[in-house]
Amino acid sequence: MDQIEKQKVKELNGKGANGESSKEGRLNVMKTYKIYIDGKFPRTESGRYYILKDKDGNTIANICQGSRKDFRDAVVAARKAQHSWASRSAYNRGQILYRIAEMLEGRRAQFVAELMQQGSTSVDAESEVSAAVDRFVYYAGWCDKYQQVFSSVNPVESSHFNFSLPEATGVVSILADEETSLIGLATAIAPAIAGGNTVVTLASSSKPLCAVTFAEVLNSSDVPGGVVNIITGYRKELITHFSNHMDVNACIYFGEDKDQIKTMKENASLNVKRPLVYSGDDLLSDSHQNPYRIMDLQEIKTTWHPIGQ
Amino acid sequence: MKKKNKKSDVKLKFSGGWEYAPAPESKDHIRLKEKYDLFINGKFTEPETGKYFASINPSTEAKLADVAEAGDKDVDKAVKAARVAYENVWSRMPAAERGKYIYRIARIMQERAREFAVIESMDGGKAIRESRDVDVPLAAAHFFYYAGWADKLDYALPGAKAKSLGVAGQIIPWNFPLLMAAWKIAPALATGNTVVLKPAETTPLTAMKLAEVIQEAGLPPGVVNIVTGAGATGAAIVNHPGINKVAFTGSTEVGKIIQKTLAGSDRKYTLELGGKAANIIFEDAAIDQAVEGIINGIFFNQGHVCCAGSRLFVQESVADKVVRKLKDRMETLIVGDPLDKNTDIGAINSKDQLEKIRKYIKIGVNEGGEMYQSSCSVPSKGFWCRPTLFTNVSQSSRVVQEEIFGPVLAVQTFRTVEEVIEKANNIPYGLSGGVWTDKGSKIFKVTSQIRAGVIWANTYNKFDPTSPFGGYKESGVGREGGLHGLIPYLQTV
Repeated sequence: MDQIEKQKVKELNGKGANGESSKEGRLNVMKTYKIYIDGKFPRTESGRYYILKDKDGNTIANICQGSRKDFRDAVVAARKAQHSWASRSAYNRGQILYRIAEMLEGRRAQFVAELMQQGSTSVDAESEVSAAVDRFVYYAGWCDKYQQVFSSVNPVESSHFNFSLPEATGVVSILADEETSLIGLATAIAPAIAGGNTVVTLASSSKPLCAVTFAEVLNSSDVPGGVVNIITGYRKELITHFSNHMDVNACIYFGEDKDQIKTMKENASLNVKRPLVYSGDDLLSDSHQNPYRIMDLQEIKTTWHPIGQ
Repeated sequence: MKKKNKKSDVKLKFSGGWEYAPAPESKDHIRLKEKYDLFINGKFTEPETGKYFASINPSTEAKLADVAEAGDKDVDKAVKAARVAYENVWSRMPAAERGKYIYRIARIMQERAREFAVIESMDGGKAIRESRDVDVPLAAAHFFYYAGWADKLDYALPGAKAKSLGVAGQIIPWNFPLLMAAWKIAPALATGNTVVLKPAETTPLTAMKLAEVIQEAGLPPGVVNIVTGAGATGAAIVNHPGINKVAFTGSTEVGKIIQKTLAGSDRKYTLELGGKAANIIFEDAAIDQAVEGIINGIFFNQGHVCCAGSRLFVQESVADKVVRKLKDRMETLIVGDPLDKNTDIGAINSKDQLEKIRKYIKIGVNEGGEMYQSSCSVPSKGFWCRPTLFTNVSQSSRVVQEEIFGPVLAVQTFRTVEEVIEKANNIPYGLSGGVWTDKGSKIFKVTSQIRAGVIWANTYNKFDPTSPFGGYKESGVGREGGLHGLIPYLQTV
């Protein structure tokens, strides 16, 4: 980091937690980072928090240490929202995802600043925000297309009209990438909601700032409450709950930890959840966006009807 | 004053004083060996365990043949043979040639269809009409359908390049023994994988006959291996590190164990598990047609069908009429000799299954359900269950919530579309469903909201190789049949 950037970060940090003022005579207003459940921003019901520090050991913020109860509340909200989200027209879902991209772009400066507070260079921060915006644009476009690409009319031998099409798997719990603050979140959430699922996401524990700001973007992007829920906290503590909840239909894990993956998959078997594991490598690249990420969270439904009299 | 019945409401009388004469299918042309060994690397091989078990005819309890019990060492041999065949032969063969082998299997099965049908009915107890008209032709059609995919896989996954996985371990149930073998083997071979298949311990014979067909077709040794045995043999397959993919059809209970077992590995799996389908009859349905659909939905194959329409929901206004017509129709069902062409309902597959069904019937009665069984006579030997229905049951009744896998129907009523959709979905399963109404818009409202993988509207229990089949929720993962049935056997590169 060069000197100017260091100064920038210092100023940003100065905004907040340690109470310094950036300009003489005026105390900056600190941001309280809360979790996002059912379209609202509560604190964790547990009342717990952890301190997020920058590289130099300065406090950036107190972050909610989300609990099992928070997760369960979020699943209730996600379940409640799922049917109506999936029932919206594909065109409407596409517009809402595009709106997310617009709002992300509009708040670019804030995301860049937060990424830098969490250790990114300004160049990396800029490209991460760009990639996140583009990812939502990419999946916004898929909202009304994957059904056509992956449906079929099946030429059965008997006199029936028979067709198969994808439907959302349901409520999806996501253990988002730990190493990134924004692009990991976008990569996990966009294909899930593009396909009509609702999600409960655990943000990166070490880089949670963008997740909370992203929730604010969602809140102002016409995304109905409950469609995306975001919790901050520790993966180690919450992975069991994210994977063994009986009203969750799929669980996504970003990362490489073999023991955690095994735990997640074993718990998934309790109610035949669809467990999905994606690498967190090279998240900015196009290899992390394709319609198969949508299809991983779809069920194929086949309908028969007689042709006749 | 006596009200004149409408013509459609007249009760049918079946005490007409005449009966169907027996019309048994001949067994003369059936060749069964006294003893069946394991089919490994293209040869019939004695098991390392030295053990055999009897496969009996559930309609007579007579032994049909002894069948080898594969142990860990046998499974290991089979997996190794499949691996060698995969590496050296099958994955290198031009795809079009691979397809031609599969076509051959389909053709030979068609030629030997009658033999297959009779053995299927003898070994599994299902009515010959079903094995002859459904199981065997569909099995052959399945091979025929997937044969053509072998050299067209580039069109299966848009925008992606796909390749095979390696060795597939496949475990199949006893309700459609040959058909399930076809559902498993055909797509696996078409996509370039090799196979270790385990048929169910009560119905191994048609799989062993299929092994003969595979030999006759000249399939390279090791491409398909068939090992017989019970749960321990299945576990040996699932646990074998040389397997790249597990495909399982069976109970949700075992499916969950398999999913858990595979948690520590990257092995792929397809699970086709239990069901408890809602079959929904609206007041504006063609009632007589719907009654036929209900009967077919629950009594087809003695109710040993994972997608059976075992929960009937009747709109209140027509409930009495539908239940009365159902009972009338149940009276006409012929239960008996599976080989008799007049038989509607054959033998229950095994003693264990019969006991399970009886246990549930008892539970239903104890929970306060009102039971009705047809009055038909059943043979003294063998395993039999009369067609049974329960009324006066609630959403929480065990006969409503749990899969019985027998000819037992639970009947509930409803008033509104919203109510019945909620009731239909209020279950961990999501395999199939049925809806009966003459109103098109209502059909789509219901079919789009039932959380299940296969929905039959104004029909039930139809199957086709081109039609994907598989469940939502605890009814399983992945699809079998159709284009979508290729995906679980492919990986993108």
